[in-house]
Amino acid sequence: MTSPPKDQAPGSLRLVLTLAIAGLLSGIAIIGIYESTLPTITANKARELREAVFKVLPGVTQMQALVYRDDALVVVPEPDKDEPVVYGGYDDAGQFIGYAVPAAGPGFQDTIALLYGYQPAEQRVVGMEVLESRETPGLGDKIYKDMDFVGEFKALTIEPEIVAVKKGTKTADNQVDAITGATISAKAVVRIINEAHASWTGQLPSPGNEPAIERQEPAGSEAGQ
Amino acid sequence: MKDNQAYEEFIKGIWRDNPVFVQVLGMCPMLAVTNSAINAVAMGGATFFVLVGSSILVSTFRHLIPKQVRISCFIIIIATFVTIADYTLLALVPGVHKELGAFIPLIVANCLILGRQEAFASRYPTKLAVMDALGMATGFVVALFSLGAVREILGDGALFGIKLFGENFEPWIIMILPPGGFLTLGVILLFFNWFKTKKDEFIEDVAAAQRSEG
Repeated sequence: MTSPPKDQAPGSLRLVLTLAIAGLLSGIAIIGIYESTLPTITANKARELREAVFKVLPGVTQMQALVYRDDALVVVPEPDKDEPVVYGGYDDAGQFIGYAVPAAGPGFQDTIALLYGYQPAEQRVVGMEVLESRETPGLGDKIYKDMDFVGEFKALTIEPEIVAVKKGTKTADNQVDAITGATISAKAVVRIINEAHASWTGQLPSPGNEPAIERQEPAGSEAGQ
Repeated sequence: MKDNQAYEEFIKGIWRDNPVFVQVLGMCPMLAVTNSAINAVAMGGATFFVLVGSSILVSTFRHLIPKQVRISCFIIIIATFVTIADYTLLALVPGVHKELGAFIPLIVANCLILGRQEAFASRYPTKLAVMDALGMATGFVVALFSLGAVREILGDGALFGIKLFGENFEPWIIMILPPGGFLTLGVILLFFNWFKTKKDEFIEDVAAAQRSEG
């Protein structure tokens, strides 16, 4: 083993070269890992979204993305980035069941992103799934871990609006029992749904005139597990 | 003799020079992600991978890296391993990755890792550097797990998400909030210091006894 003399300073070219080579190798390694994991990551995200849509809309086996363009809700296979999207849910026969609406808003610590199922005919929320949140573990995270709370959103009248009430005092169909110790997070969920509903209300077609399913996917191929 | 030294380098990280309980390094992930045992283990695993990987590289190339730019080189090596760990976790266990959030990229800033490169891997042959890294990383995982387990058991009544107590258990919620991390860590550090004092006293007593006998 030959170690260079410690007291003699190497030229700056050598220093620059060392860092350049290190940076180059590191860049190659990072690009490699990025390229090799990207398909899995994209597939994971798409699968998560599908599973969430099927979860918030009971009975749904097919879905398609819908966006509001030129005063109408139209089917698009690949929505633009940052364009508000709802997902239309359909059963095996292609019968429309409801919308799965992605919505996001500030929670207690960070943005809460969620998806809720909405049946326009009965003006009901039929399911809610939190997609992303950094709420306090053990307290705020009950918005998706506490099944009692999540269950509140399975049959909920959305008109005139959803109201979060103190736990155990629910009396009407549009009320949600909040979570003890996590009132802010629970109210944030309710507010996010209300706001999303208010912004979509004018854009959804009247019940019965929903866009029909365009591409027939083999039901259950991906959702069947 | 050689094997003995390698073993010594490995074992010191777990107990005598435990990176968390004795050196008190890496406190940021320590306090931030130990609110449940599974998060603690995932974080420990990622750190383990980064520490061992960077130690191998740093130790192998220690003669090629001029000492004027060594810290920058160490950081480049560490950051590369962290990015690899980040994407691998995201692809394989998206749920855990979501929970750990920003703390995976922050492994770059974990002073334990840079500290081991500077203090050990850049001065010793690869074999010893690997043993040292394995020991330190294991010590870190053990520390994270013990903190995470204590906090999850007391704060949530569960371990790895499995409920341990009956319905009547009232979770001690502060334990999974940030203050719980400080409390638990404080108690564990107290124990380690108490143990060390007792041990030193014991060794002194033995020495004194031997002197009086001799």
